[in-house]
Amino acid sequence: MGVVGERLQPNLFERSRPGRGGGKIPHPPKDALDRLPAEARRETPPALPELNEPEVVRHYVNLSQLNFAIDTGFYPLGSCTMKFNPKINEWAARLPGFASLHPLSPDEVAQGTLQLLWELEQILAEVSGMRAVSLQPAAGAQGELTGILMIRAYHFGRDDTGRTEVLVPDSSHGTNPATATMAGLRTITIPSASDGGVDIDAFKAALGPRTAAVMITNPSTLGLFEKRIGELLDEVHAAGALAYMDGANLNAILGRFKPGEAGFDVMHFNVHKTFSTPHGGGGPGAGPVGVGEKLLPFLPSPRVLRGDDGRFRLERPGERPTSIGRLRSYVGNTGVLVRAYAYLRSHGGSGLREVSDDAVLAANYLKKRVSEAYDIPYDRACKHEFVASATPIKKKTGVRTLDIAKRLIDHGFHPPTIYFPLIVDEGMLIEPTETESIETLDAFADALIAIAGEAETDPETVKAAPHAAPVRRLDEATAARQPNLRWAPMTGRQMPCPD
Amino acid sequence: MPYGPHTTADRQRMLDALGIASVDELFDDIPAELRAGDLALPDPEPELELTARLIDLAGRNRTDLISFLGAGVYRHWTPPVVDQILLRGEWYTAYTPYQPEVSQGTLQSIYEYESLLAELTGLDVVSASHYDGAAATAEAALMACRHTRRSRVLVSHAVHPHYRATTATYFGPNLELEEIPVVGDGELAGTTDLEALERLLSDADHPVAGVVVAQPNFYGLLEQMTRIAELAHAAGALFVAVVEPVSLAVLAPPGAYGADIAAGEGQPLGIAPQYGGPYLGILAATDELVRQIPGRLVGMTTDVEGRRAYVMTLRAREQDIRRDRAASNICTNQALLALAASVYLAAIGPHGLRDVAALGAARAAELEAALAALGAPRLHSAPYLNEFAIRVPRARDVHRRLLDRGVLAGLALADVEPGNAAVEDGLLVCATEVTTSADVARFAEALAAELAGSGPQATRELAPAGSGGS
Amino acid sequence: MVPSDLRYTKDHEWVRVSGDEATIGITEYAAGQLGDIVFVELPEVGRTVEQFAAFGVVESVKAVSDLFAPLSGEVLETNGDLSSRPELVNAEPYGAGWMLRVRASDTDQLGELLDAAAYDALIAES
Repeated sequence: MGVVGERLQPNLFERSRPGRGGGKIPHPPKDALDRLPAEARRETPPALPELNEPEVVRHYVNLSQLNFAIDTGFYPLGSCTMKFNPKINEWAARLPGFASLHPLSPDEVAQGTLQLLWELEQILAEVSGMRAVSLQPAAGAQGELTGILMIRAYHFGRDDTGRTEVLVPDSSHGTNPATATMAGLRTITIPSASDGGVDIDAFKAALGPRTAAVMITNPSTLGLFEKRIGELLDEVHAAGALAYMDGANLNAILGRFKPGEAGFDVMHFNVHKTFSTPHGGGGPGAGPVGVGEKLLPFLPSPRVLRGDDGRFRLERPGERPTSIGRLRSYVGNTGVLVRAYAYLRSHGGSGLREVSDDAVLAANYLKKRVSEAYDIPYDRACKHEFVASATPIKKKTGVRTLDIAKRLIDHGFHPPTIYFPLIVDEGMLIEPTETESIETLDAFADALIAIAGEAETDPETVKAAPHAAPVRRLDEATAARQPNLRWAPMTGRQMPCPD
Repeated sequence: MPYGPHTTADRQRMLDALGIASVDELFDDIPAELRAGDLALPDPEPELELTARLIDLAGRNRTDLISFLGAGVYRHWTPPVVDQILLRGEWYTAYTPYQPEVSQGTLQSIYEYESLLAELTGLDVVSASHYDGAAATAEAALMACRHTRRSRVLVSHAVHPHYRATTATYFGPNLELEEIPVVGDGELAGTTDLEALERLLSDADHPVAGVVVAQPNFYGLLEQMTRIAELAHAAGALFVAVVEPVSLAVLAPPGAYGADIAAGEGQPLGIAPQYGGPYLGILAATDELVRQIPGRLVGMTTDVEGRRAYVMTLRAREQDIRRDRAASNICTNQALLALAASVYLAAIGPHGLRDVAALGAARAAELEAALAALGAPRLHSAPYLNEFAIRVPRARDVHRRLLDRGVLAGLALADVEPGNAAVEDGLLVCATEVTTSADVARFAEALAAELAGSGPQATRELAPAGSGGS
Repeated sequence: MVPSDLRYTKDHEWVRVSGDEATIGITEYAAGQLGDIVFVELPEVGRTVEQFAAFGVVESVKAVSDLFAPLSGEVLETNGDLSSRPELVNAEPYGAGWMLRVRASDTDQLGELLDAAAYDALIAES
């Protein structure tokens, strides 16, 4: 069985033939560029590939079929929330009224989109229990940077300039400490407690006058809800610091826990996780941030405002001097936000709560099944994802989590997240999401259990997996030692455009 | 719940397997005092009704205007083949290619994108994408600081104001971002002031890490990039060129004039305006800077059976491995838009891209002549490709009234540079291959009517609709 | 058993001393933990390194690690082969995979390092 298509393709440059293709753009007048100074002009035309449309189509259709995707099969990538991407969202984003709108259009021209963005802000504020939302950040990581910069501005505004540290648990996503560094702050990593939660005492010991913020993921990257979160937030505020919540795992707690109400000062949303916008092979996403009262003045500009007359507008440059400014051009990844809006409207309050209920139920069910053959390091009720470990299997057979992951491919599944969070040995982080049937969950568990058995009876086959993929284990060492990051320039003269 | 598969029976089966009576038990670990009440949101909307709502909202945006607005986002024609490809679920519902064996489609398309942009920019290494032109420019400036171990960057005033503002936000209090002024009058008005640049570079106590200049610049004008590269390098600084990719088909690319890094906005390559994004941050650099470049990189290698294969590489630069020592926190990027740009370039080809750029130049010259003829000449004299500023008295008011005549007359520069007297009468207009001669005529006609009507009636202040007055 | 003529740090660097010149690298154990080494970042000749302070970085495909100096001194030479063949660190960690040579400023510092037996004991515990 082929888990993906098989037709490997030459690259565009190899397919190219001089004189092929073109014909889509009318010809300009011959003297169109004569008025440009010679030193500003390109001497030789760019050596881009020349292909006709049928070739372009075959190239990209065949390449697409080499991909595993949500639309082809189960993708239980922990911490990524690979839920179904509703097709109505694609239709909505492509409506010409939305798609053709220039971001510098006068407000009166953009009332539909401005209204959509404003309504989306209100919805996200309600979901998170936050006071206000900015839709500007282009991704979760950019949302994190926005949040930490706002926190820094808050402390500077109170002349509290000694707060240079950010506390993060050792289970955190790598973006958290990287964000602190980008903001010019120092990361203090706090080891987790043995039950997988944050070590409150270790946090208390590290909190102090130098602490600007703590960054917490809740539920944690182990899929566990932080039971003592209330106590932790009290300690953070008592120390004069602010609390940032990484909202990557929001899919677990919709309608059950509102970070803003619980005491978090700021959080980001990953709309490409929780709110179904497509992952696109690595992006785009969007990372809106929600803030409480303290950070409201610092939100990025421009904000989307509604007047008393019910009309919408963007803040003008300089209108709110306390803002931390811009994190990007224009107002945000609006095309992505249209998709999130459609998703949120289609679900409503009750639908979102059902999303979390089903996501959590499915994860616990799958954890029970997987525990038949794998170690479950934290065996209490999980939320939307859980960690399994192959350490006992490795000790007994030498087969590692990496090998098990590759063998899952032969069974027609995308592997889960592996070796994250870093604190679990031979770990697999499994997140089924709420859009997978119980038959799929059982098939996946059966496959994992079968592989565990195969590790004992035929470890070499597992270690050499995948066997059914169009390419097999790659030489990543050479790829890093002798990087080949672009096709060598085409040689040979390019033919002039055929008329 | 619209997309969930679970029936009551399915849920019951799962509850039974867990030995619990209700899913609520799985949320018992949320402290009672922190449990949320119901979400005060509207009821779920079935797709039929949601469709109507979305059509209504989209319908409240005006799509009837003839537009001459550019300023960093450009109207181009995208061959339908681009969107047809993008709509394949194998492209848009795939994730980051962590498991290369089942992601060769995404990986090869990124490698091809890197190769296409390397060729266009004349540089060696291209990141798999950044968020937009503004973030790419900010990251380029940070790269210059890391590489030179200096903390001062000079950015021309004629770089897009959003890119400058974003770079300032990323710089924070630890790094210094200083503006190079533009020339005030004469033939070089609106271009970067090279004498001022030389003075700024000569401060031995504050050595410069990087010089950032756009080509074409925000006013549409062409800069002396070779000369600026020489000045920057003589002072030990890196040279960052902010570029527009379609123009690179006909203008000298960064690699040809000595830029070390190129940053830019890839939206013109087959990506719709969408009111702000998602767009495509282009970031390219020389080989020497490969370890400083943030974001993903895809390279070519072989698999265990010797087959050619593609894989993310030089991963140890990235946040999941380097954590607090990573150069950037970027994780999710704009991969699908890099694919769109690649399909666009593959579909129209190098001759097509050159024709797009040249047609825009031709229409822009037509536009310039038509507007000058009715008393709205260019604000500047330096050469331009397809975008330029015209001088119109009370530009902001005229711009708003032209909307009523069905024309989006570019950008009133006073809206993005309030208080800059040099541009307060300026409208930044552009033409592309989709601008027709009829469009130009309509604009000219409408503007002529506005300028002719500038008698006592028109001097009444219009109620400012979002304008801060004069 | 690790080579008995070398001294070791707790962070898995080794040093070989000859007169006042010290050659430094990482142990086989460290190289094994990191996996395939792809890049080594070393200081420039002439720079000073401090005992137990970070002087460079070693990168593998999936990991990155600081390098800590076993002794203080001035950098005399770095192994130029490593830029084109970083795999030498995996293949010959005590030989051709050496990283840098320094002029030791104080050979008494050797007393603070582990001998072969102590280092073997350390890695046996891991």
